[in-house]
Amino acid sequence: MTPLLLAEFTASSCIGLGANATLTALLEQRSGLKRCEFETVNIDTHVGEVPGVDAQRLPRTLHQFDCRNNRLTELALQQDGFFESVQAAASRWGRRRVGVFIGTSTAGILQTELAYRARDPNSGALPSSFEYATTHNTFSVADYVRQRCRLEGPAVAVSSACASSAKVFGSARRMIEAGLIDAALVGGTDSLCLTTLYGFHSLQLTSKAPCRPFDAARDGISIGEAAAFALLERLPGDLQGGSVLLLGVGESSDAYHMSAPHPEGLGAKRAMQAALAAASLEPVDIDYINLHGTGTPSNDRSESQAVTSIFGPTTPCSSTKGATGHTLGAAGALEAIISALSIKNGLMPGGVHTARIDPTLTAHYIKENRRASVRRVLSNSFGFGGTNCSLIFGAAE
Amino acid sequence: MKLSAYVGGIGVLGPGLNNWPHTAAVLAGQQPYVPAATVLPSPEMLPPAERRRTGRVVKVALGVALEATSNAGQDAAQIVSVFSSSGSDGHICHEICEALALPAREVSPTRFSNSVHNVAAGYWSIATGSQSPSNVLCAFDASFAAGLLESLIQTSVDQCPVLLVAYDAEYPPPLQLKRPIPDALGVAMLFTPEKGTRSLAKIEATLTDEACDLMADSQLEALRRAIPAARALPLLLLLAAGAGGRAILEYLDVSRIAVQIETCS
Repeated sequence: MTPLLLAEFTASSCIGLGANATLTALLEQRSGLKRCEFETVNIDTHVGEVPGVDAQRLPRTLHQFDCRNNRLTELALQQDGFFESVQAAASRWGRRRVGVFIGTSTAGILQTELAYRARDPNSGALPSSFEYATTHNTFSVADYVRQRCRLEGPAVAVSSACASSAKVFGSARRMIEAGLIDAALVGGTDSLCLTTLYGFHSLQLTSKAPCRPFDAARDGISIGEAAAFALLERLPGDLQGGSVLLLGVGESSDAYHMSAPHPEGLGAKRAMQAALAAASLEPVDIDYINLHGTGTPSNDRSESQAVTSIFGPTTPCSSTKGATGHTLGAAGALEAIISALSIKNGLMPGGVHTARIDPTLTAHYIKENRRASVRRVLSNSFGFGGTNCSLIFGAAE
Repeated sequence: MKLSAYVGGIGVLGPGLNNWPHTAAVLAGQQPYVPAATVLPSPEMLPPAERRRTGRVVKVALGVALEATSNAGQDAAQIVSVFSSSGSDGHICHEICEALALPAREVSPTRFSNSVHNVAAGYWSIATGSQSPSNVLCAFDASFAAGLLESLIQTSVDQCPVLLVAYDAEYPPPLQLKRPIPDALGVAMLFTPEKGTRSLAKIEATLTDEACDLMADSQLEALRRAIPAARALPLLLLLAAGAGGRAILEYLDVSRIAVQIETCS
């Protein structure tokens, strides 16, 4: 594929609001996971809750979008001057020439969960204040971003579970290559809700302790929330050295099971190979791998096998989910931004909370931060339904 | 780059629309449109354990996807797919929200796994053994047009066959009052970059400011408005007529999609 420029980016999760706070937390190997006190949830688990979401307000003209998911989106858009950068891009390219591609798994479904507690006792009707289209519907977050940023290009929500906001890079790449748009606002938002907390709990996939990816004693995920965005553009004539580029996107399906990964990670392997092929790179060209690394026994086992089958046992890799939690539909975008920070700052973030690395996992998992030149990073995102996406980012020469 | 492709196969299921040949006959005026509840096939292509777990949204999606790929004579396992829907499984969503409103908050693990927006894409991959990528989209009422755009772009840019599956199904009450989709409807189209022996038509698409086409038949126009995937009807009408022409499809508030159809002889 033709490389694209990650012209601007921002990320907000439980480890910090904005790119600088995120980088600081990674440098300090700080986790944002805390014992779950979210809403009325009564599950013995840890979550990655973003501070200040409840207090965030939306512009009055977009009040119908008000819900936790869009508040988190608004909060994140305001970090790192990202909103202003989008406006500058819209003036430069034209509002119709900037597309919007946002990944989410549950959008604002918390709003519907709350509405179901307030049904009319006689008719069963949901409260009249409940807005379906602008909160619950999967498109609501993409529509919010589009209207908030006054962008008039094609807009879509991508919703393939925990690979959603990695796959937005693929859709945006194709639309830019087709010439329909010149730039794309890509990213993802997923916010805490009862559906995912009780749902993953019912599958016995949530850990009581903060998640420990690749640990011998790992026993599940910690659910987090995040919003992360990037502005993807064609390469300018005066490309500055050190700029972060999207070099490759690889996608595949498992064809195996709705909620369990292929045991040997065949789908994951296929996605990584496709990303390498798209970037015209060899495995040896990758300096660091940001793993999907959710912390469930089966996910980490199959990913480790897939990684080792391509990269062997020496390429440093880690999961940042011990710090941020698994932010589900936002994970792909959040970890894309972490990959960009890794390249810009020469940092391979060590995985936190992991005490003893599972000796049966052959991938080269790092627990301590490494400071070294990082030229190219591969980032993995896999989801329910057996959907896989790998992204490769690199520094411009 | 021109967004163009060849339509190699079509699948349709909806209220009073039993398959593509039947839908084509209705749209071409050879048969009257008789509204009736959508008849959904059991997804025989899935293993029995999986088949039992599928809801209406999966049945309608797999039904039309199978019809389109069979008509096109294509091996489904090798095809990239685009699944576009305005919502996930409404019945599962209702059951989970209902369970979460009770003190026990007992969510069924199977229902939770099947609550994801990409449930139909996941089952399609399992049913066909396809390891090819699936892109799963939502654009509320614009979901058909968004899926069509993604499919034609991918066919043109990556020069590979792409299966578009656009589908919606109803919510039960009380969500139905907030999102009144009356029944299940699905439309699938198999696009190829090159003309093949089974190609039905050449399609080209552009963004436009023109107003979208309405259906002349009042019942079909009501259907077009009621179910997001039925926004495909003006395109299906052109394909059914077999004479070529141009249609404007509903998309976002700021733009529509113009499609130009040239019938393959």
